[in-house]
Amino acid sequence: MANDPISQFKIQTLFPIEVGGMDFSFTNSSLFMVATVAAASAFLIFSTSGRGLVPGRVQSVSELAYEFVAGMLRSSAGTEGMRFFPLVFSLFMFVLVANLFGMFPYFFTVTSHIIVTFCLAMLVFLTVTIYGLMRHGTKFFHLFAPAGVPPVLLLIVAPIEVVSFLSRPISLSVRLFANMLAGHITLKVFAGFIVTMGAAGGIGVAGAILPLGMTVAITALEFLVAFLQAYVFTVLTCMYLNDALHPSH
Amino acid sequence: MAGNAEHNTELGIPAEEHGAGFPPFDATTYSSQILWLAITFGFFYWIMKNVAVPRIAGILEDRKDRIAGDLSEANRLKDETDAAIAAYEQALAEARNKAHGIASETRAKLKADQEARREKAEADIADKLKAAEAHISGIKTEALSQIGDIAGDTTSALVEQLMGKAPTKTDLTKALKSAMD
Repeated sequence: MANDPISQFKIQTLFPIEVGGMDFSFTNSSLFMVATVAAASAFLIFSTSGRGLVPGRVQSVSELAYEFVAGMLRSSAGTEGMRFFPLVFSLFMFVLVANLFGMFPYFFTVTSHIIVTFCLAMLVFLTVTIYGLMRHGTKFFHLFAPAGVPPVLLLIVAPIEVVSFLSRPISLSVRLFANMLAGHITLKVFAGFIVTMGAAGGIGVAGAILPLGMTVAITALEFLVAFLQAYVFTVLTCMYLNDALHPSH
Repeated sequence: MAGNAEHNTELGIPAEEHGAGFPPFDATTYSSQILWLAITFGFFYWIMKNVAVPRIAGILEDRKDRIAGDLSEANRLKDETDAAIAAYEQALAEARNKAHGIASETRAKLKADQEARREKAEADIADKLKAAEAHISGIKTEALSQIGDIAGDTTSALVEQLMGKAPTKTDLTKALKSAMD
């Protein structure tokens, strides 16, 4: 395995598949997508298979995740927003488990690729836009004209609202991607310092304690970031879904 | 190995990886990633929507129902207890009222009885008093009627002593009558 901080994000083809000149190979990224889905599904299904009235430890973890996402969605989009619950819950669990999987050494981080986070963000964006248009028709565009703004100001406000609406999938995807990427690069760089300094021997070995401490601290931070970014992604999804449900607000 | 690592880090992206550049921006991998993301996430969404979410929702719903059921059962039992306590208190109040009634009735009866006896005793005493009074007045009249005779005898004796001769019965009676009136 290469030791530069970028090579951990390299896509490696495991089973080459090519259809019509397009590369659909099963890669290490695909493998970890499958692993993420398998682990998350298996956990949620097996932990709740007992259907205990009084939950056991694992069952309460699943219930906690459910209640956590349900609370988020309900508080930002209301009970009406609960129709999107399976989507929001899937997004949260997928991003969270993918992020946490990335914390294992030698594991590939699915969410460290912009295309993956962008696709997820587009899924949210398209859901919001299509559902909003289907449900409210042209009233959906009230989203760009906030109530109580004088008509003169609308000339300025409306374009800003349009731009901010259109940039949502970018900000949503870049935030997640950049956080995962930066965190993993930082970890790798600090871990690389330990090896480099340790190889120098003597004072180097003693000095390597500093990057070692940093690596431990950053690892803890990255676990927090892994959860936090999944949370942020989900909470923003909930707020965007609220726009689809109540565009006049 | 360590030296090699340092070397690579210093150099950045090694020559052998050129063309790919920064992996997340390598557009040649996008088609595969999009496809596999669609497959895996689509499958995950299906599982969540049809299995995991309904199941967890069901568990939480069952628990909520059970708690609500237990609470309403507890409320029902509490209401029953309250009703029983109210019935007991009412019975107690009734019994108390009844006891009070019996006591006052008995008291009234005893009082009336006593009153009757007292009245009877008073009437008896009044009768006896009357009889005694009649007796006394009889004796008195008798005594008074005898006073005339005694006075006559005494007068006749006195007159005889003074005059030497006893007065006639007629004169005596006349004199006595005038003196006594």
